[in-house]
Amino acid sequence: MTTQALILLAMILPLAGAVLIVLSGRWPNVREAVTLATSATLFGTVLSIAPEVLSGGRPTVRILEMMEGLNFFFTVEPLGLLFALVASFLWVVTSIYAIGYMRAHHEENQTRFYAWFAISLACTMGIAFAGNMLTLFVFYEMLTLATFPLVTHHGTDEARKAGRVYLGILIGTSIGFLLFAMVWTWVMTGTLDFTDGGILAGKADGPMIAVLLGLYVFGIGKAALMPFHRWLPAAMVAPTPVSALLHAVAVVKAGVFTVLKVIIYIFGYENLAASMQGDWLAYVAGFTIVAASIIALKQDNLKRRLAYSTISQLSYVVLAAAILSPLSEVGAALHIAAHGFGKITLFFAAGAILVASHKTDVSQMVGIGRRMPWTMAAFAVGSLSMIGLPPTAGFISKWYILHGAYQADHMVAVAVVAASTLLNAAYFLPVVYRAFFLDGEAAVLQQAPAVGAHHHGEHGEAPLPCVIAMMITAGGTIAMFVFPGLPISLAEQLIGAVP
Amino acid sequence: MIMQHLPVLQVVVPLLTAPLCVIMRHGRLAWAFTTAISWACLVMAVMLLLQVLEVGVVSYHIGGWAPPWGIEYRVDLLSAFVLVIVSAVAAIVALYARLSVEREIAPERVYLFYTMYCLCLAGLLGIAITGDAFNLFVFLEISSLSSYVLISMGKDRRALTAAYRYLIMGTIGATFYIIGVGLLYMMTGTLNMMDLAERLPTVAGTRTVLAALAFLTVGIGLKLAMAPLHLWLPNAYAYAPSVVTALLAATATKVAIYALIRIYYTIFGKVEILEALMINNLLIMLAFLGIFGASAVAIFQNNVKRMLAYSSIAQIGYMVLGISLYSVTGLAGGIIHLFNHAMTKGALFLALGCMFYRFGSLTLNDLAGMGRRMPLTMAAFIIGGLSLIGLPLTAGFISKWLLVQAVIEDGNWHFAVMILVSSLLAVIYIWRVVEVAYFRPPMDNTGTIIEAPLSMLVPTWILALACVWFGIFATSTADIALRTAAVLLGATP
Repeated sequence: MTTQALILLAMILPLAGAVLIVLSGRWPNVREAVTLATSATLFGTVLSIAPEVLSGGRPTVRILEMMEGLNFFFTVEPLGLLFALVASFLWVVTSIYAIGYMRAHHEENQTRFYAWFAISLACTMGIAFAGNMLTLFVFYEMLTLATFPLVTHHGTDEARKAGRVYLGILIGTSIGFLLFAMVWTWVMTGTLDFTDGGILAGKADGPMIAVLLGLYVFGIGKAALMPFHRWLPAAMVAPTPVSALLHAVAVVKAGVFTVLKVIIYIFGYENLAASMQGDWLAYVAGFTIVAASIIALKQDNLKRRLAYSTISQLSYVVLAAAILSPLSEVGAALHIAAHGFGKITLFFAAGAILVASHKTDVSQMVGIGRRMPWTMAAFAVGSLSMIGLPPTAGFISKWYILHGAYQADHMVAVAVVAASTLLNAAYFLPVVYRAFFLDGEAAVLQQAPAVGAHHHGEHGEAPLPCVIAMMITAGGTIAMFVFPGLPISLAEQLIGAVP
Repeated sequence: MIMQHLPVLQVVVPLLTAPLCVIMRHGRLAWAFTTAISWACLVMAVMLLLQVLEVGVVSYHIGGWAPPWGIEYRVDLLSAFVLVIVSAVAAIVALYARLSVEREIAPERVYLFYTMYCLCLAGLLGIAITGDAFNLFVFLEISSLSSYVLISMGKDRRALTAAYRYLIMGTIGATFYIIGVGLLYMMTGTLNMMDLAERLPTVAGTRTVLAALAFLTVGIGLKLAMAPLHLWLPNAYAYAPSVVTALLAATATKVAIYALIRIYYTIFGKVEILEALMINNLLIMLAFLGIFGASAVAIFQNNVKRMLAYSSIAQIGYMVLGISLYSVTGLAGGIIHLFNHAMTKGALFLALGCMFYRFGSLTLNDLAGMGRRMPLTMAAFIIGGLSLIGLPLTAGFISKWLLVQAVIEDGNWHFAVMILVSSLLAVIYIWRVVEVAYFRPPMDNTGTIIEAPLSMLVPTWILALACVWFGIFATSTADIALRTAAVLLGATP
């Protein structure tokens, strides 16, 4: 098969999978087999595109012309490939996890759930491979709509309200700002294609660049830059596999991925650095990192704590991109992958705890490490990656970001990274400590009369598929530290390193 | 032979169908005949469009009397485009009408309904095709009178007062229009539009001509429901039979927009009246008044049909905005929105018709759980809704794109912001329906309700898919709109 066909296949496969899932909805085992087979084939497909891109190729598929000069087409470049690889691989793992989670948690409407999940992945692939801003925007909006039924899956009043916030912020920012910025760019340059060196080079100057950059980065609401971050905590009402894959990887990474694409291929990071109009972005991102970490400190609900941690970690990518030095751009790309693996592990663990013990709050999790050793071990690995300690992937990306910050002599960025590392440690390590080193029996005895936890008092490890999934992602987090070759070589192509 | 007389057949065929429907005195038969004729009209319109694309303007002299003495039918790109829009919507709505009309209109009056349907179609097509200012008035009256009757046929008794109000305001509008035409005739001695365009520059500064322009603007403004002249529209749409609402919303106001474009860009084209008198600033203000005011009111409606009626007023605002921007891109944005909105609102009102057919009510509360009872209808409604908001891959996106591009080209940033912010208001009122339809459990007494019959569902989906199709493959429609706009502006330097 040609690479072009493979690119199209990467989008058609999940859609076809969604159709098959709906058709096989009556037989849960067949349905789950379809999900697993689809996700595994998708990963294989994306993987087989990799060699051509790694050797410097940029395979392109033209689909159609929407209006005069406005094309709809796909081009695979290193950053998109990296994003697609991470998302499609983690979809396989999430599918395994979801089988354990959804059944053990007795979720309803599972067919609908798996179908929209597959459609969301098709949109994610579209974002990853989009050849210009218009194509990306189309899939960006489709992803918002396709994840809406997943966020509101439970159909409760709370879910409905969360859905409003979700849709309101994501559609509002993308139509209000992003579309504006795109049309503006189109009027100025007559193209929206992602081009090495940026299409705005020489076409725009002065404060106009700062305004345009603002419209872009705030328009990409999925990047959750403050003050447009509230949709992410709201989306936590969704079932955990959704929070894990979509709101730790696919959707939010689509956001920072788009920011990165805009800075590298629309503005051109060297032009942006030369114009001095992008400096403010580093401060906004830095503020988001620190502020979200402080809010995370105060969250007792584990999923909410993870959500704020995600907001903070997303801004690492934005900050790294905004430092505008070559190495920091590499660090931004790497962090997309590293944070993806680490955060999905943490969400898996949170979901596993919910399924096994029906506990949602950090304060309830005393001594849980003794009952669920595998889950909490995975959680510990994820935490280390968030803090950025070896031997985890988070260390690699943070290394590059810091290196890039020194390269650009950006001391504010260095300070922010240092401060947030401490904050990360402050809100993750107590969870691990509480789980392993505090005596759970005593706490349970004290609380027993007060809480109605009697029939969940005795519980063991999470369902097997969940444990397997967590082991894979935790293992991946460590493996990316030990063998960082592939992601680094992809990321370095971004700054013009010859393969 | 037939090709040669195509322009006049386009109007005469539906006009003659009307009396034939009366003679038949049979509802089903009248429906079949009307449907066949409206599809024939669509074929003729498409043939005319192809002819215009190939050879340019087609001019037809009624009775062989050469203009400016005789009546001229003049089909240029804009006319042909509007003819296709009107006849396409009429054909699809006719296909849909059978069951819906049988449900909503007394059996002994069904054949009369189709009589009026054909008359209305003939009038609307006539407005779009004629090159004579007075002849336009005649067709305006034909279409208006028949639409008053159509609206009054609604089951709800309030349809009568709604039709009456429309009758009063529509008549004022038509009278204003004819006063304007009379004043122009007084000054120039001609009624042919091209001839008027030739002769107006010499008398353009006179107070009489300015008064004529004012009368024409207000008269047509009433017909197209430009805020604040829209008062007749919400009730007329809300209480008319479902089929009528779909037809009128998708065609009648669009044809009035067409008439406005003709007045400003053809009759007054050579004197650049919009810029010369700064009327465009006034129109832009009124456009935004309509866009924001009507969208805001739409959010608070409890009857979904009424809500969409207010949304129509807002969408008309976008078209007026496009016209008054006085640039090729802006005018093209207005023209393409005319087309896209016809598809969008057509799909939405047909979907509402399906719901009304099963539920017998369209208040928000009664639609609870609709997503589960009628999934296909609701899906079509959502597609239409997304197009109304202007999300990518729907027709509405293309219109928004061109309009925003036009205002940015002019450097009017604040207009761009206002256009985009206003589309977010559409998110709110569309999502109110979505939430009720999917998040509220169905009411107990709706247990027996099933999906709408196929003969209604298929036309609804044709229009819904058209919204998607023309949002993806917009090269042809955007090209026609841009070329039309260039001709309208360029031929009159």
